[in-house]
Amino acid sequence: MWKAMRLFLVLTVLVGVVYPAVVTVAAMAMPYRAQGSLIRQNGAVVGSELIGQSFANPKYFWSRPSATAPDPYNASASTPSNLGPTNKALTDAVSERARALREANPNATGPLPEDLLTASASGLDPHISPQAAMYQVPRVAAERSLPEATVRTLVDKYTEGRQWGIFGEPRVSVLKLNLALDSLGR
Amino acid sequence: MPSGVLESILLLMAVVALARPLGLYMARVFQGQRTFLSGLLGPVERLVYRLSGIDPTEEMTWQTYAKALIGFSLVGVAALYALLRLQHLLPLNPQRFPSVGPYVAFNTAVSFVANTNWQVYGGETTMSFFSQMIGLATQNYLSAASGIAVVVAFIRALTRRESKTIGNFWVDLTRTTTYVLLPACLVLALVLVSQGVPQTFRASVQAHVLDPAAAPAGGSKAAGGGAGAEQVIALGPVASQEAIKEFGTNGGGFYNANSAHPFENPTPFSNWLEILTLLLIPFALPFTFGAMVGDRRQGNAILAAMLIIFVASAGFAIYFENRPNPLVAAATADAGGQPMSNQGNMEGKEVRFGPGISAMYATATTATSTGAVDSSHDSFTPLGGLIPMWLMQIGETSPGGVGSGLYAKLILVVIAVFVAGLMVGRTPEYLGKKIEPYEMKMAVLYLLIMPLTVLILSSSAVLIPAALAGISNPGPHGLSQILYAFSSGTNNNGSAFGGLGAGLPFYAVAVGVAILIGRFWMMIPVLAIAGSLAKKKIVPASSGTLPTYGPLFVGWLVAVTIIVAALAFFPALALGPIAEHLIMLAGGKF
Repeated sequence: MWKAMRLFLVLTVLVGVVYPAVVTVAAMAMPYRAQGSLIRQNGAVVGSELIGQSFANPKYFWSRPSATAPDPYNASASTPSNLGPTNKALTDAVSERARALREANPNATGPLPEDLLTASASGLDPHISPQAAMYQVPRVAAERSLPEATVRTLVDKYTEGRQWGIFGEPRVSVLKLNLALDSLGR
Repeated sequence: MPSGVLESILLLMAVVALARPLGLYMARVFQGQRTFLSGLLGPVERLVYRLSGIDPTEEMTWQTYAKALIGFSLVGVAALYALLRLQHLLPLNPQRFPSVGPYVAFNTAVSFVANTNWQVYGGETTMSFFSQMIGLATQNYLSAASGIAVVVAFIRALTRRESKTIGNFWVDLTRTTTYVLLPACLVLALVLVSQGVPQTFRASVQAHVLDPAAAPAGGSKAAGGGAGAEQVIALGPVASQEAIKEFGTNGGGFYNANSAHPFENPTPFSNWLEILTLLLIPFALPFTFGAMVGDRRQGNAILAAMLIIFVASAGFAIYFENRPNPLVAAATADAGGQPMSNQGNMEGKEVRFGPGISAMYATATTATSTGAVDSSHDSFTPLGGLIPMWLMQIGETSPGGVGSGLYAKLILVVIAVFVAGLMVGRTPEYLGKKIEPYEMKMAVLYLLIMPLTVLILSSSAVLIPAALAGISNPGPHGLSQILYAFSSGTNNNGSAFGGLGAGLPFYAVAVGVAILIGRFWMMIPVLAIAGSLAKKKIVPASSGTLPTYGPLFVGWLVAVTIIVAALAFFPALALGPIAEHLIMLAGGKF
C-alpha cells in the first residue's frame, strides 16, 4: 500500500502537473487558438469563431435551435436535447419550428433545411448548412434592402467546403457571415 | 458517396497503417528493451522508481500483481473522492465551484479510476481546473496504463514456461505511462490546439454578442431563440485533457457535450483525428501481442476478428444515421408547404461533422471503452442507437479499451479454442499452453459477470419507481436508456443515452457498483488465468493442435464473440430498440 501511495503521488505530479504545464507552455506558440479563437471588434470580444450565437433579428442569418438552458447558446453549459426518435416532444418541437420558419421566410424556395429544424449536439453549433443559409437569403436581403445576389455572393464566400476536400460537411459559420453582413453597412 | 463513408475508409487505412509500428514499439517497451525515446525518457522512468521506492527487477506472482493493481486503484478512488469533496478548498478554482456532492463524487471517482468516465455532471459547470487536471486527467492516464498492464501480464504469462511470476505491475504501469501515453498525448494535444482546442488557465471570457435582442416570441424560436447581451464562454486547459481522453480510451469530456463541443472538437479534421487516436492503441495491441509471443500470425488473427465486427458495425450505424427520422420528416409536412431537406438524422448532431462520421464516432467509441461522443446517442434512430449498445454488450472486444479489449478478446480465444476442441476432438491448447478446467472456470466466470450485472441491474431499475423517474424518453426508448446505462457502466464505456437522469442517487450508486464489478471483478479472473498459464509447460504444436490463425479460426472467433453476447442480450434488445424501430416505422410516438 505504501508503494502504491508513493507511486500514485509521483505519477500524479508527472501527468497531472508537468504534462498540462508543458502543453500550456508549448501552446503559447499558438496564442489565438489556445485562448479560444476570440473575434474582437474595436477591442471588445464579440464572440469566438468556434462558438455559435443566437440570432433573433430577421436581418441576421439564424443559427440552429439550441437545447442549452436557461437560454439557447449558453456557452457555459453545453448540452444536446437528448430527445429520443419517437418522443412526441421532438416532433412537436419540429412542427413548431417548421411553422415559424415558413412564417418568417415567406419568399424562401426549396425544402426546409433539416439543420434549422433540429437541435445540435453541443447546443453551440457555430455552423448551418449552405442550404440553410441560402434558404434565409430572401429574408435577410429584404430586411437589409440589399439585392439577393449580393447576399448570395456573401454566403458563397463564407461557405467552407469539406476540410482539405475530404473531412466533414460543407458549412457556413453564422457569426462570421453576420459580421460580414454588418460590415456591408446596411 | 454517402456522408462519412470516404472519411471512414481513410480512417481504417490510417488505423491499420499506424497500428503496426505502434504495436511493435509497445512490444519493445513492455519487454524492457531500448527504444528511440529511451535516451529522453529513461531518466524520467528511473526517477519515478527512485522516488517511489520501487525495485524494477522484482517479479510478482499473479496474486501479488492483482493486489498491487487493486491497491493502486483503491488509492486512486480514495484520493479522487477526497479531492472532489474538498474542491472548494483547493487552488485553481477560478469559477469558485462548490464541493462535489457525495453521490456524484463516489460515482465519478470509481468511474475515472475504472477507465469508464461515465459522467453524471457537466464538466464546465461542476469541476475546477484542479479537479480536471490533477484529479480526472491523472486517472485518465493511470486507468489506461493499468488496463494495458493487465494485458501485458497476460501475454507475458503465455510466453513463460513453468514460471510462478508474471512481471511487475509498478514497472508495467510506469513504462506504459512514460513511454507510450505521455509522448503520444503531448503530440496530440498540440495538434488539437492547432485546430482550435483551447489550452489556457483563463476560466471564461465575456463576449458582447452581435444580436443582443431579448428572446421575443414567435419567429425566433425557429432558429436559436433569444439571447442575452452577453455570452459567457467557458475556457480552460482543454487540449491536455482531450488528448489523453482519446489515447487512453477514457472518454471523460472537459465539457458536458463532450466531443460535440466546438472547443473539444473544433474541426472535421480534429474529429477524424480523435476517432483515429481512440482506436489506435486498441488496434495496435494485437501487433504487440504477435511480437511478444513470437508469432505474428497469432496477432494478425485477433486483429482480423476485431476488424470484421468493427467494420460491419460501422457500416450499419452509418447507414441508419444517414437516413432522416421519418417522424421528424412527417412532423414538418404536417405544417403544410415544402418538405424537409434530406440531411440524415440531424437531431443531436453537429453540422461540421454530419451524420455519417458521427455514426462512425459512435461506433468507435463503443467498440473501444472510450465513451466520448460527438453527437447525442439518445437521439440516434432506434437501430442507429442499437449498434453502440450492442458493441458494448459484446464485451467491448472489437477492439475494446486499451488493454481491456485485448484481454477480453483473449478470454474469448480461450473459449473458442476449448469449444472447437470439444467439437472436433482435439486437445484444447493455445500457444502451446493446455487449456484445462481451471482456465475454463475462470473464463466462464469472466463471461458471465458482465451480462448478469447488466441484466440484473437493468431489470431492477425497471421495477423501482425512483429509477423509472430517471427516464426522459417514454416508451421502449425508456428501456433502452436504462439498458444502455448499465451496459455502458459494466463495460466501462462511459457513453450514455444522455437524457437519463443519471445524477439521481439510484443511478449514481447502481452504475457506480456496475463499474466496479465490470472492472475489477473481471480483471481478477484474467490475472488468475495468466498465473495458471505461466506455470504450464509449452508443448510443441503437433498434428492434434488446432491452428489459432488463418481464416477458419478468425471466422470461428467472430462467431463465438457474437453468439455469446447475442444469447444474453437479444431479448432485451428486442423490447427496447427493435420494438421502437417497428413502432417508428408505423408512425407511433410517445
